Amino acid sequence: MIGWLRHHWFSFAQTARRLAANPVASLLNALAIGVALTLPLGGYVLLVNLQHFAGSAATEAKISVFLAQDAVRAEVAEVEARLRATPGVRSVGFVGRDAALAGLKRTPGIAEVVATLPENPLPDAFVVTLAARDPELARRLEQQFGKLPKVAHAQADSAWVERINSLIGFGRTAVLLTAALLAFALVTVTFNTIRLQILTQRTEIEVGKLVGATDSYIRRPFFYLGALQGALGGLAAWGIVELGIVLLNRDLAVLSGLYAVDMRLQLLDSVDGLAILTFAAALGWLGAYASVSRHLYQIEPS
Amino acid sequence: MGAPIVSFSQVSKRYSGGYEALKNVSFSVEPGELLFITGHSGAGKSTLLKLIAAIERATAGVVLVAGQNVSAMRGAAIPFLRRNLGLVFQDQKLLYDRSAFDNVMLPLIVTGHPWRDAARRARAALDKVGLLERERSNPITLSGGEQQRLCIARAVVNRPNILIADEPTASLDAEYADAIVEMFRSFNQVGVTVLIATHDDRAIRKLQPRVLTLHRGSLA
Repeated sequence: MIGWLRHHWFSFAQTARRLAANPVASLLNALAIGVALTLPLGGYVLLVNLQHFAGSAATEAKISVFLAQDAVRAEVAEVEARLRATPGVRSVGFVGRDAALAGLKRTPGIAEVVATLPENPLPDAFVVTLAARDPELARRLEQQFGKLPKVAHAQADSAWVERINSLIGFGRTAVLLTAALLAFALVTVTFNTIRLQILTQRTEIEVGKLVGATDSYIRRPFFYLGALQGALGGLAAWGIVELGIVLLNRDLAVLSGLYAVDMRLQLLDSVDGLAILTFAAALGWLGAYASVSRHLYQIEPS
Repeated sequence: MGAPIVSFSQVSKRYSGGYEALKNVSFSVEPGELLFITGHSGAGKSTLLKLIAAIERATAGVVLVAGQNVSAMRGAAIPFLRRNLGLVFQDQKLLYDRSAFDNVMLPLIVTGHPWRDAARRARAALDKVGLLERERSNPITLSGGEQQRLCIARAVVNRPNILIADEPTASLDAEYADAIVEMFRSFNQVGVTVLIATHDDRAIRKLQPRVLTLHRGSLA
């Protein structure tokens, strides 16, 4: 057992030394793999952020019910009673026209426009919060409320959230496809690197076999090389994506200031980072395994 | 006499292409014996030694090494066979990307020896062949005779039962060759079975060993 661990440590150290002995080639390999992984990883980051944004913007499905300008107090009360009586409605909030105008006046950029208006153009409105996030229910109630007397218009606020969600679904498929393709590319790159390395170490492999090295002993450093190269590639991808986010956030900070919404992208957390390292290392190992199975048996002492 | 440590019974080796390197060869070697195999070049000396180390497989007959049937051995068992053999090659197969010391360490690292113990044994082996002060040198900087001695140090470092050498004195001056032959005799004197393929008559006259002569793949 100790001998076996010693083998592993020895192979690992040897592999690390070998990578360090050719820093430029190792760096270029890691970068090539890193750039390939950046595409799906970057897509993933954008998706996560979009999802986060959509989630924070509308966690509950709401329907805004705007009343006609000429609705009198009794009619407003009648509409409110009917809204409250509808199954699937959790709460009903009243936003009077004056309160709505005051709200607008507090919104940067719009306050100036509002100030120029001769009179309040806004109607009274109800904000109806639904009990469940059910697009079907939201659509049905939107139509139903629109037909109530003295209701000018009903608008389901969740419509755009649904649109974003379907967009996220599309994006997720796209990211998965790119990830699958580029994972294949990573395996191929490793396959070739390991093939070259096996040819380079031909004599060493022969001599190893002659002095009684087992096949697993001979294969081990190549597995480590594949996995280590993959992990370095993953590290490069992580670095590239984080750098990209930092650069994008500088521009987004300006936009955020203009729209008074925090649009900055979140950095990858360490769990995501470790996951990408593990994933890349596993793919490297796989490429090495394929290459070693294919090429090592061809080298026999003669 | 106990069981032979190496025995060939009716062994033939035909290479792909039809060339028959060995024809119906039978002999056996007792533990602790010193055996020379001679013959013209192409007589099958190298092939015979390669069959013992399972570098080549016999096409007919049975090769037994320490009781194991090498001709029918699984690939996975071969490394463990070779750990009991010390091999010295004509083309020394030294690794030029590391020091003499690291070359000698290789068989011990492969078998998972603790590093400290391995280093001690590697230095002892280098000392035995007179190369201890060159342990940090790259083998490429060593002379032909020194490289051959390094090869011997690597072959004996894991204390094999059988030492096999293919033309160990070819391309060496008489003086170097004598020193090499003397080394093999000293290993034999401490109980190692030694098989040497050579056409060096000086060595044979000097040691007076048992000699097998091959002629066109058959024992003469």
